[in-house]
Amino acid sequence: MSTICELHKQLTSKERSAVEITQAYLSSLQTLEPKLHSFISLTEDKALHQAQQIDAKIAAGEEIGLLAGIPIALKDNLCTQGIRTTCGSKVLGNFIPPYESTVTQRLADVGAVFVGKTNLDEFAMGSSTENSAYHVTANPWNLETVPGGSSGGSAAAVAAEQCVVALGSDTGGSIRQPASFCGVVGLKPTYGLVSRYGLVAYASSLDQIGPLSYSVKDAAILLQAIAGHDPHDSTSLKVKIPDYLKSLRPSLNRRNQRRIGVIQETFGSGLDPVVEAAVKQAIEQLQELGAEIRVISCPQFRYGLPTYYIIAPSEASSNLARYDGVKYGLRSDDADLMSMYVKTRAEGFGAEVKRRIMIGSYALSAGYYDAYYLKAQKVRTLIKEDFEKAFSQVDVLVCPTSPTTAFRVGEKVNDPLSMYLSDLMTIPVNLAGLPAMSIPCGFDEGGLPIGLQLIGNALREDLLFEVAYAYEQATSWHERKPSL
Amino acid sequence: MTTAAPAKTEYEVIIGLETHCQLSTQTKIFSPSSTQFDVENPNRHIDPVCMGMPGVLPVLNQQVLEYAVKAGLALNCQIAPYSKFDRKQYFYPDLPKNYQISQYDLPIAEHGWLEIELADKQGEVTHKRIGITRLHMEEDAGKLVHAGSDRLAGSAYSLVDFNRAGVPLIEIVSEPDLRSGKEAAEYAQELRRIVRYLGVSDGNMQEGSLRCDVNISVRPMGQKEFGVKVEIKNMNSFNAIQRAIDYEIERQIEAIESGEPIIQETRLWEEGAQRTISMRSKEGSSDYRYFPEPDIPPIEVSPKQLEAWRCELPELPAEKRVKYEDKFKLSAYDARVLTDDRTVAEYFEATVAEKASPKLAANWVMGDIAAYVNNQKGADPEFNIYSTALTPKALAELIKLIEANTISNKIAKDILPELLTKGGSAKALVKSKGLSQISDPAAIEAIIDEVLAAHPDELAKYRSGKKKLQGFFVGQVMKQTNGQADPKLTNQLLGKKLNQPT
Repeated sequence: MSTICELHKQLTSKERSAVEITQAYLSSLQTLEPKLHSFISLTEDKALHQAQQIDAKIAAGEEIGLLAGIPIALKDNLCTQGIRTTCGSKVLGNFIPPYESTVTQRLADVGAVFVGKTNLDEFAMGSSTENSAYHVTANPWNLETVPGGSSGGSAAAVAAEQCVVALGSDTGGSIRQPASFCGVVGLKPTYGLVSRYGLVAYASSLDQIGPLSYSVKDAAILLQAIAGHDPHDSTSLKVKIPDYLKSLRPSLNRRNQRRIGVIQETFGSGLDPVVEAAVKQAIEQLQELGAEIRVISCPQFRYGLPTYYIIAPSEASSNLARYDGVKYGLRSDDADLMSMYVKTRAEGFGAEVKRRIMIGSYALSAGYYDAYYLKAQKVRTLIKEDFEKAFSQVDVLVCPTSPTTAFRVGEKVNDPLSMYLSDLMTIPVNLAGLPAMSIPCGFDEGGLPIGLQLIGNALREDLLFEVAYAYEQATSWHERKPSL
Repeated sequence: MTTAAPAKTEYEVIIGLETHCQLSTQTKIFSPSSTQFDVENPNRHIDPVCMGMPGVLPVLNQQVLEYAVKAGLALNCQIAPYSKFDRKQYFYPDLPKNYQISQYDLPIAEHGWLEIELADKQGEVTHKRIGITRLHMEEDAGKLVHAGSDRLAGSAYSLVDFNRAGVPLIEIVSEPDLRSGKEAAEYAQELRRIVRYLGVSDGNMQEGSLRCDVNISVRPMGQKEFGVKVEIKNMNSFNAIQRAIDYEIERQIEAIESGEPIIQETRLWEEGAQRTISMRSKEGSSDYRYFPEPDIPPIEVSPKQLEAWRCELPELPAEKRVKYEDKFKLSAYDARVLTDDRTVAEYFEATVAEKASPKLAANWVMGDIAAYVNNQKGADPEFNIYSTALTPKALAELIKLIEANTISNKIAKDILPELLTKGGSAKALVKSKGLSQISDPAAIEAIIDEVLAAHPDELAKYRSGKKKLQGFFVGQVMKQTNGQADPKLTNQLLGKKLNQPT
């Protein structure tokens, strides 16, 4: 596994060129792709072109940034100008965006190399990447299991070294849960820290783009590059972005003892005992690293899932209304307007997307709005208040990222509710707009990774990095590689 | 006791207007494309945001907020310190996202009013205050062009032009305070005057920048329940609003009296046939599934900002009308004509500020100058009174020359075209052309003597009783003096000479 810093060193010392690095990654990417199916589109030409530019800069003696020449994969719900962006849906099968998303633009500006667009659950709705209209992505640790979702393609690609780092998006756990399933680091930033401009919207008030990486440091480097105010996104925050690399120290801050809260409610029934044991061991490790451990109660936590499944589908039903065959994407031709609408949407969307559009349309309907949407917004406020209370007592909260390790392909496709439960512990974080991270903290008896979730107060990504990095340095989980 | 014949039922008409007004910002409400009206080049003024491309986000044009707040203030509304956008959801091909970003339960302005002026047949003027329920901001949709039909139904195919998609609108909803077509037309005109004065909209009804939808119901006088409400659309002039309403009142009364039910529906005004026709039933009203727009944070207008915008408001037409009547002693009619257009009013006031008599200034501005400007407008729609070469100062000079008897009204009219096209000082022009009025009685008498001597026959006829011939002699004197003889003095002296005993 090469980290960004290692590759950067190779580039600046002229040990390897950017083209050589890119070719090496592209080659391993293509070798593994028939097994994993992490990608929807490969962009070799673009990658090599970008790499050549970096090499030219190095040859000209120009200084290059840490991400220059680094092969990166992009979740296929990030709009890339001139490059097909499908969102894992048939309805956008032929969609080539005429504009570039803010995050990909920022990465291109610092010289990152785009190797391809990764697979995802259609419109980022799902927890296994099985809802992709294109193919199922395999978990590199066990090809019979799912990589998690919806950023399953990005997580698998990072775990299998098809790229160095990747971008995902997280609406209810879509970065953290696949990171957990694939044994990599995944961070969902504070809502508003990273611009959503160019991220195909699923649930606007919850969506955030974030990094998936092999190491905590790589996640910090990637976040540093994409965070910050964007005038194209009215919900993007106008805040000064700290230097995240400064938070990376071999041990926890000793001057201010870090207080870590364990969310009591996440250790109940439904939690896989192997996961529970691994997470409890990780908590002990954190205590050994100097943290003060406190048990924290978040009584509203359990309402996160039902609240989410009102708010997210409501916003989705609206965000997805534009896929009607009129302007771009799939058009199923028919005699009249209404049949064109109906046929386009019937053929263009998969079952899960339709399910959520229906739930959302129902929840927003006259006569139901107050009972569902409005109520859900009130509960959302209560969940936020729970977190506020918790963060008045501790610096970081911990809990499992997901109640189980990766499940088998096909195991939950016919049981949406059990699939939804996979995000039980990640969803409340999105509802509160907080940053959270999943880091590897063990393996189950079948060799599947287990993830530890660290939740921070708004804009305290620095604390997440501090705790995650200290933990990572003290453990060796991240050193294990899937055998492929 | 005698039994009176049953009185003919009297009806009360309840009318409310919903007005959509395009704001004249340079760029769209949520994106940087131009708002230019450009039917010749469909889909030229578009961008990913107004096209509703996947992944795009709206960013509110701050000028839209400013314009909406100013319109709200001018309509005496309360401006919401905390307001938000909502999504109004429905499927239609001209609506790129299949939802319209609008405002639902927290509009930017509420609870206002405007005052309309009504003149009866005797010219007696009364005022009436019309309530404004609310004013909110929203985006316009694109425009459908249908092939083979003028509507979606029945057309072979339809094309969408998104130039208009995302053009900023304010929707202004009146209280149901209007009682006739005339009142409604007055209301709409006053609204247009206000937005034009503010400079927030051009109020052009032909291009659709001002669109009025009318809600109208009729009930027998004294009945408590409202009648069934019918919406009428498609009126593209104030006159059409008045006629459409008058037609609709008659139609509804006739229906009631012949026992037919009034259907809750939307009707279209047909300008050609001068009637309304049914467009669609409103029964089982649409569910727009409104919910707060998550992509735009709530809008907060600080008291400081509000005051700053309030200070920028111009004097509005209603205030000007009062001023013109009270201070300038003009008739209600003149005040109304002069204040209809802000540039005209400002021109008039600038002329008065140069010490011209308000009454004369009004006559010139509304008369020959207005005629000239209207004429020029045919070739250049942008032409206004300030586009002429005649400055208010030069006009004041011209008026003062008349008042001082330096030139006659007739001479003033003669030189006006040159002043309008070439400009310059009226005084200098009169001087260079030697057009000063001849007011010296001796000089005029000498000319009269010449004229009388040259027309002995006419003189004889006059003296034998054909008094009407005095006009002929005046004409001759004017001819001799190139119209420069003081007409009043000429008449006076001529009368004296003609009636001198021979």
